[in-house]
Amino acid sequence: MLTAAIFIPIVAAVVLALLPRGAPRATLDVAVQPDGGSDSTPPGGAGGSVAGAPAPPSMLRDTHPAQEAARARERRMQAAATAVAAVPLLILALAWLRFEGTGGFELVEAAEWIPTLGIGYRVGLDGLSLPLAAMTALVFVVATAYPVDLRGRPAPYFALMLFLEGASIGLFLALDLFLFFVFWDVSLVAMYFLIGAWGHGDAQRSALKFFVYTFAGSLPLLLAILGLYLTTDPRTFDMAEIIAQQPLAGSGLYASLVFAGFFVGFAIKTPLVPFHTWLPPAHVDAPAPASAVLAGVLLKMGTYGFVRILMAMMPDAFARFAFPLAILAVVAIIYGALVALAQTNLKRLIAYTSVNHMGYVILGLAAAGAGIGGHEAAQAIALTGATLEMVAHGLITGALFLISGSILARGGTYEMDEYGGLAGRARFLTAATVLAAFASLGLPGLAGFVAEFQVFAGALAVYPWLAGAGLVGIVVTAALFLRMLQKLLLGPLPTRWSRFPDLARVEIAGLAALLLMVVLIGVYPAWLLDVIDSFAGPLVGR
Amino acid sequence: MNGADAAHGTDMSAMIADVLPEVLLVIGAIAVLLFALFAPRRMQAGAALLALATVVLSAAATISMLGNPEYLTFAGTYARDGVALWGTLIVLSATAAAIGLSVPWFRRDPRHGEYYTLLLFSALGAVLLAGASDLKQFVLAMVLSSATGFVLVGYHRRSSPASEAAIKYYLLGAFTSASMLIGVALLFGLAGSTTLTVLDGMPVAGGISDQAALVLPLVLVVMALAFKIGAVPAHAWMPDVAQGAPAPAAAFVTTVPKIGGFIFLARLVEALPGDAVDWRLLVALLATATMTLGNLAALWQDDVRRLLGWSSVSQTGYGLLAIVALGSSDLAIPSLLFFLLAYALGNVAAFGVVVELRGRTRLDDYAGLARSRPWLAGALAIAFLSFIGVPPLAGFFAKLVLFGAAIEAGYTWLAVVGAVNTVVSIVYYVRVLAPAYFGDRVAPVPVLGRWAAVATFMMTGAVILAGVAAEPFLRAFAGVGIVLE
Repeated sequence: MLTAAIFIPIVAAVVLALLPRGAPRATLDVAVQPDGGSDSTPPGGAGGSVAGAPAPPSMLRDTHPAQEAARARERRMQAAATAVAAVPLLILALAWLRFEGTGGFELVEAAEWIPTLGIGYRVGLDGLSLPLAAMTALVFVVATAYPVDLRGRPAPYFALMLFLEGASIGLFLALDLFLFFVFWDVSLVAMYFLIGAWGHGDAQRSALKFFVYTFAGSLPLLLAILGLYLTTDPRTFDMAEIIAQQPLAGSGLYASLVFAGFFVGFAIKTPLVPFHTWLPPAHVDAPAPASAVLAGVLLKMGTYGFVRILMAMMPDAFARFAFPLAILAVVAIIYGALVALAQTNLKRLIAYTSVNHMGYVILGLAAAGAGIGGHEAAQAIALTGATLEMVAHGLITGALFLISGSILARGGTYEMDEYGGLAGRARFLTAATVLAAFASLGLPGLAGFVAEFQVFAGALAVYPWLAGAGLVGIVVTAALFLRMLQKLLLGPLPTRWSRFPDLARVEIAGLAALLLMVVLIGVYPAWLLDVIDSFAGPLVGR
Repeated sequence: MNGADAAHGTDMSAMIADVLPEVLLVIGAIAVLLFALFAPRRMQAGAALLALATVVLSAAATISMLGNPEYLTFAGTYARDGVALWGTLIVLSATAAAIGLSVPWFRRDPRHGEYYTLLLFSALGAVLLAGASDLKQFVLAMVLSSATGFVLVGYHRRSSPASEAAIKYYLLGAFTSASMLIGVALLFGLAGSTTLTVLDGMPVAGGISDQAALVLPLVLVVMALAFKIGAVPAHAWMPDVAQGAPAPAAAFVTTVPKIGGFIFLARLVEALPGDAVDWRLLVALLATATMTLGNLAALWQDDVRRLLGWSSVSQTGYGLLAIVALGSSDLAIPSLLFFLLAYALGNVAAFGVVVELRGRTRLDDYAGLARSRPWLAGALAIAFLSFIGVPPLAGFFAKLVLFGAAIEAGYTWLAVVGAVNTVVSIVYYVRVLAPAYFGDRVAPVPVLGRWAAVATFMMTGAVILAGVAAEPFLRAFAGVGIVLE
């Protein structure tokens, strides 16, 4: 069942990528006389001149009916892709109904893959991966359906989105370190192409920075996985088996090195200050749905790794480094908030609030993993809060980035000073923006509040001073979101925006789906907290 | 003489059966030569078919020998172990693909029949190198592989880049051949025999430790092997050959000799006595220098073929991690063989794309390739992502086991160096891929022909397949060893 949730979108993506192209290809299949391999000239010399032949004029296909047809084709493709993207959501909803909350891995599916090296195809879920996978599926459905400038290449765009969806869900469901790493790496390759080909601004440069930086994180991760693997006996990449073996229990230089490898890998992905510099350009230059996925889903891979691998497989090492980790988290909280406050660019502002929110998550995790006795109850609350924050941030920031995409599509810029008074002009846009912003700043009754309250309630018991300092971040975040709302929505409406269109139906439906979940979790979080508690309690009480 | 020799090294017909794949290559090469001499010009392409049939037969003979007990034959001078046999198979696969790439490239060349003879003899040189367990055998194999390589590189007689590449390749080859001969002579003098087995139990004579005296001849021999595999300090021919040689020949020469060279290097260090010489550190330093130099130099290339040449140098550096780990990690031999497999497939696939694009090599020529030739762009992307080490492609498994072997051997720092280098390498691979995928240029891109396309896509498919279905290879590689007795 879970395998279908991973591979239905991936297979659909491959099919979509291999589909024969439409009209533009036809002009290219001009027959050219082969000229290769004469004794005197290697084809290398001659190839250039042939390639330089003038292209036949391709203006013909820009006529109006053809454009209409192309647009209809894009719409059909988008509808089909959205339908495929919804399949994993349905499957995960079914899995939710069948989930029992035993504390172990459930609905496990396993097969031999590379037994020589102890690698298996193993997927399953627990109270940590189920909410994250479900959130991932929801964000992807909305992101796939959301309108975007396809640059005349719909098939590869939707193929990459679906591929990324399968890989992201696979990462959260993988119960094998090797499989985890496979999904980790392919997801960043897919994101690289999404940013590079459909981004704006200096997209290629941002994409390259993203690729190099996050790949630089995945290599220490690979070395750490190898380091952990080499200590298992019998050798295996099986997560459940490694958690049971605890091969690096106790301290030691080797364990610290392995910890360092994992830490760098996850800290870059999360991202923790000072490993965050890839994030702002990638978020700003990516197309809005990709930004939503990047912030909503891909960042969670880092924090998920902190819990799934570092806390569960090397709790001793984690406890030893929990305090410095908490300090880094507080730095990220305050730094992210302050830098976000200084932004005039809407998307950059949201990007930096991600740094701030991921700080909350890490603070909660550090408190939960700290090796001090007597605080198990508070630590469980912190872990539950951190997990909930991952889900809430995925929904809220996903919505915020999609909104920024809608604003860009209408106004052509992210500069907040260019706007104003939109509240009187675009009601749905205003409602969505206000709701998402308040959720992000932690208004009670919305998902962000539940999560942040638990993180700080837990952290105050473990690291009272650090948690107190972190509260500053909440205040600054509130200020910056209120300022953002004021700049965008209030004040006089510039005359050139007097025809500013409101959100279209697809946009309203997508944002409503995300924000409804935000309200639901905020008002009645018990159904979600029960699931999360089923893993958080046992993990902390170890 | 030992037991294995008694069983396998005395009866002449049994010995011939031991080297059936090699014998088939010789017969096939001669048959191709005779065909090329007597066939009319329009039928010269038939030589390619003949050569391909030879490779297939030789591979079939090799496969039938897999799983046999491992032993030395011809009086302890030639190894019939799993490493040699798998090395032979990798050489033959790359050769078959190179033949496919050559067919459309040389179609207009009226005298290209003999080209395939050279290709087969060069492959034979690499095969002999992979099996050599004796220094004289080693010299013979090296010379056969190099001499044919020089001609292949310079095959376009009237092309000045090809001539320049051939001259550079030849000069460097001549220097290192000289050093090889001196080294082998010194080793012979020290040990009193040329079989590798003798090195292991070398006696101490004249008050000077012979083990210390080993260092100079070994350095001289390793120099020649560095030339063969494209490692620092004898790597300089790689970019020139990649850029100047006929593209199918470049695919062959940057791939096939390296396989034989790597396997002989592994055999040589396995035969070294004890820990008298700290060859691990020496090889680790060579690996560091090779991958770093290869990657840094590749960063600045605006010529895709030259970039591929430097990328080959850096790949050699990663491969040397397996040599460092030999004898101290179970993963060493699997990682060596898997690396050679992944490298051969990826490298021939990447050059295959260049060939199919009629040798176009300027970086600008690749802009918009994903729109005009999506399949070729895809093949290039898969080859490059495999070089970077993105799962689940073959190159990723190669790096996984290479790094694992290095860490297990206590050379974690070397694995870290490899990881840092990998990050650097992304930049230049992306310098080709980004314009290919993000460029908007739409212009007709002529391609060469069906044979080259088939060979390229088969290699590309194998890059994916050897990664996703790595198990049979890894299991086979885990069960083989290097036989010295």
